[in-house]
Amino acid sequence: MTADVLMLLFDLVLLATLLGLAVAALTSPDVRRAVMFFIAFGLWLALVWARLRAPDVALAEAAIGAGLGGALMLAAARRAARRSAVDGQADPDEEGS
Amino acid sequence: MRRAGTLVIGALVGLLALWLLWVLRDALVPTPRLAELALRELSNTGVSNPVTGVLLAYRAYDTLLELAVLLAALLGIWSLGAASPGFQPAGTVLRGMVKLVVPLLILTGGYLLWVGGHAPGGAFQAGALLGAAGVVLRLAGDARAGLPPVPVQRRLVVAGAGVFVLVGLATMAFGTGFLSYPHAWSKWLILTIETAATLAIGVTLAAAYVGGQPQPPSDTDGPS
Repeated sequence: MTADVLMLLFDLVLLATLLGLAVAALTSPDVRRAVMFFIAFGLWLALVWARLRAPDVALAEAAIGAGLGGALMLAAARRAARRSAVDGQADPDEEGS
Repeated sequence: MRRAGTLVIGALVGLLALWLLWVLRDALVPTPRLAELALRELSNTGVSNPVTGVLLAYRAYDTLLELAVLLAALLGIWSLGAASPGFQPAGTVLRGMVKLVVPLLILTGGYLLWVGGHAPGGAFQAGALLGAAGVVLRLAGDARAGLPPVPVQRRLVVAGAGVFVLVGLATMAFGTGFLSYPHAWSKWLILTIETAATLAIGVTLAAAYVGGQPQPPSDTDGPS
């Protein structure tokens, strides 16, 4: 009985954090930060899949969704930042990011 | 004005969600589903992991199309122009870590490919690990992300969907129909397809991370 309640509590924390990470990734003004949140979201989602007893999906989510997807998006964000730095040479913010 | 538009879109999406819930309410009631039938027939597919059975036997056509999507995505990336030259060579500590991690990633990829027949694992996870090895190599300063020369890359990238289609055509020639494997050969046909798919996915993901047309083989940096 108490085990059930504890697991329910764990699931609720898991879901609330997942939603929080999703909102953080979507509303973050800085692209790099949004990608970091997205990677954390993917790893957290892998936990949720494992909790749903879908280890295959959990493996794929962690490896592709969080790992490679995150790496690709970080590279894209870097490239976009470099391009906007080239477009607006006088913009000093881009250097510090 | 823009805020009102956002609100309208939000309300429409909410209505769509409600409508989808209403349409799918039957799925929430437990009724006899296909899962039992699929599990009962699993011994005929030659693999004992139900997920691999579904991906490579029952719904092999879907998986073939997924490989085609990956191939199309990479063709799109290659058509964007030349790849950036890459990062500066890694320092001693990172190079030492790369030397440890990359063989481990390849070994784990091979293990996941083999274990996919009877436990969680399979071609996509194994291919993702191979792709991750490429990403690590690229981050450590290898401009080509450890990938073979361009002509070999092209063949490997096509191999995933290609082997899949060839197996399908061969089963058609045997008279069992596109991608319905003869019982005795099922396991080995699935393993062949998965091996080719793993290599193709690994090369595709690593090449996607390089992010542009690979440098021509007449490059002056010599064989690596």
